Amino acid sequence: MATKYLVYMVQVHTNFRKAELESLAELYGIKSIDFTKHDEQSPFFLVELEGDQQARDWIKRSILTRGIYEYWGEGATLEELHENVQSQPFFEHYKDTYKNDSFKFEFESYKGTSKANRVKQIESFAYLDFRGKIDLKSAKQTYTLIEEYKPLSDNVPGTVPIHLYFGRLVQRSDRLAVEKYDLKKRPYKGTTSFEAELSLVSANIAQVKPGTIMYDPFAGTGSFLCAGGHYGALVVGSDIDGRMIRGKGAAQNINSNFRHYKENNRFLDVLTMDFTHNSLRSNLVIDTILCDPPYGIREAIKVLGAKDPQRFVGKENVEIDGQKAYLRRDYIPTKKPYSLDSLLDDLLQYASERLPIGGRLAFWMPTANDENIETIIPLHSNLELKYNCVQEFNKWSRRLLVYINRGPDFHGKTNHGSSRSRSNFRDRYFKNFN
Amino acid sequence: MKFLTTNFLKCSVKACDSSNDNFPLQYDGEKCTLQQNNDIEFNAEFLTNILDRVDWDAILTVAANLGNDSLPREKPVLGTSGDLSEDDLAVLRDLHTLLICTSIVEGQMQCKNCGHIYYIKNGIPNLLLPPHLA
Repeated sequence: MATKYLVYMVQVHTNFRKAELESLAELYGIKSIDFTKHDEQSPFFLVELEGDQQARDWIKRSILTRGIYEYWGEGATLEELHENVQSQPFFEHYKDTYKNDSFKFEFESYKGTSKANRVKQIESFAYLDFRGKIDLKSAKQTYTLIEEYKPLSDNVPGTVPIHLYFGRLVQRSDRLAVEKYDLKKRPYKGTTSFEAELSLVSANIAQVKPGTIMYDPFAGTGSFLCAGGHYGALVVGSDIDGRMIRGKGAAQNINSNFRHYKENNRFLDVLTMDFTHNSLRSNLVIDTILCDPPYGIREAIKVLGAKDPQRFVGKENVEIDGQKAYLRRDYIPTKKPYSLDSLLDDLLQYASERLPIGGRLAFWMPTANDENIETIIPLHSNLELKYNCVQEFNKWSRRLLVYINRGPDFHGKTNHGSSRSRSNFRDRYFKNFN
Repeated sequence: MKFLTTNFLKCSVKACDSSNDNFPLQYDGEKCTLQQNNDIEFNAEFLTNILDRVDWDAILTVAANLGNDSLPREKPVLGTSGDLSEDDLAVLRDLHTLLICTSIVEGQMQCKNCGHIYYIKNGIPNLLLPPHLA
């Protein structure tokens, strides 16, 4: 029999929230959720699930929610809530089920601060007739009164709740991870490090799974590797720029971040490698590809090869101390500029070859916020574009694009970099989008 | 660079993809400095999953390159995960020591097809190519 649950969510990155919740539901085979009831404007989402186990699976790694509660009732005032709780068909059953468990009460307030006497409020639930011990440290059951307020003005929180929910806490979300991976506290980071919250959300939408392989072809300082490692994947990264990978020695590099997080068994390696000249053997199944390709703003887009091939004619024959120069330990190969569009074409092609059917590719793409220029999303005939979630900045935005590998029979729409590109994002960025 | 990574790396040169000799790379045992990191946590289930992805013949070849000829000729067959015997766990612990805890800090590896040499410096493999091979 279906049980009613209340998901209490955070009101940030709300346009990523449904994608996260849908992806996690699919990951755990939960099909009963009616996502048409999800409202980006509201932190509350009522769903029906088979039971607590499903609720725990679904929410335990969510970043954009706070928790999930077994729904006991609601009301516009506390009195209405009490009436509503006692009128629910499941009330007697719930009361009976948890009667002897130790318990405690918690309060959550959305957009307001309560002036009410919390002890008196708890006492007003006396009709629940719980016989278990009150235990503030390790209660078996936690009951939560969630209050929604209308703020008095933009920056003055409300004082009288306009709606209240009551429920039994089933699972807190993974929001503590946002603190854990906060860049401010990360030992090794750089100018291209990606913030913790959206990197974790990206890993959830990409469905990074424990015991699988995740690859970031533009690893930089390893922000997405950290997120993937957090969700239990064996992570491997590469970057054409060895400086970021090397970090500042053994005490401050990507590996030291993993040691800091006590997750170094999830970190495989980072390779100095040009993604377009890839060395991962072609029959290696990569379950997930998650990355933030270089935009050409903080980091140039480069691949191996000579910008001016004429200058390098015959250079392969240069010898130093009787050894070919290009085979020496200290040889530094030349690189040439490359366009973001071509790089994204390569990325989609690579994903279609390496991901298992159903595997996901997720990456971030920047766009200028011009009204008169249509943003064209790269497409590949084997890949289904599942999500396109936009994060707005002042004059530009970036979007998380998530694709599912459907294989050669999918016959999806396709386009190529040269036809998508109207103007170079880098040029527009440095001209301040004017 | 962890031993396990040697099981994933082929030559970067695209022309070598049509050859069967571009994987695994040939490791020069004389020039490779190995390191043992014992602070990496052992996780049997995790390792069982990863073992599915491992090309065992390549493990044998690279281990031999580095002077270890004592591995079993066939990939160890384990009980279904969650139901690992003491023997399975002992095998997995050995594999953990080899694949995850052993790393090449300095050294070089070569493509058996084109002969290109790649270096491992400070534990990081460099797979970049000169322009005439890119």
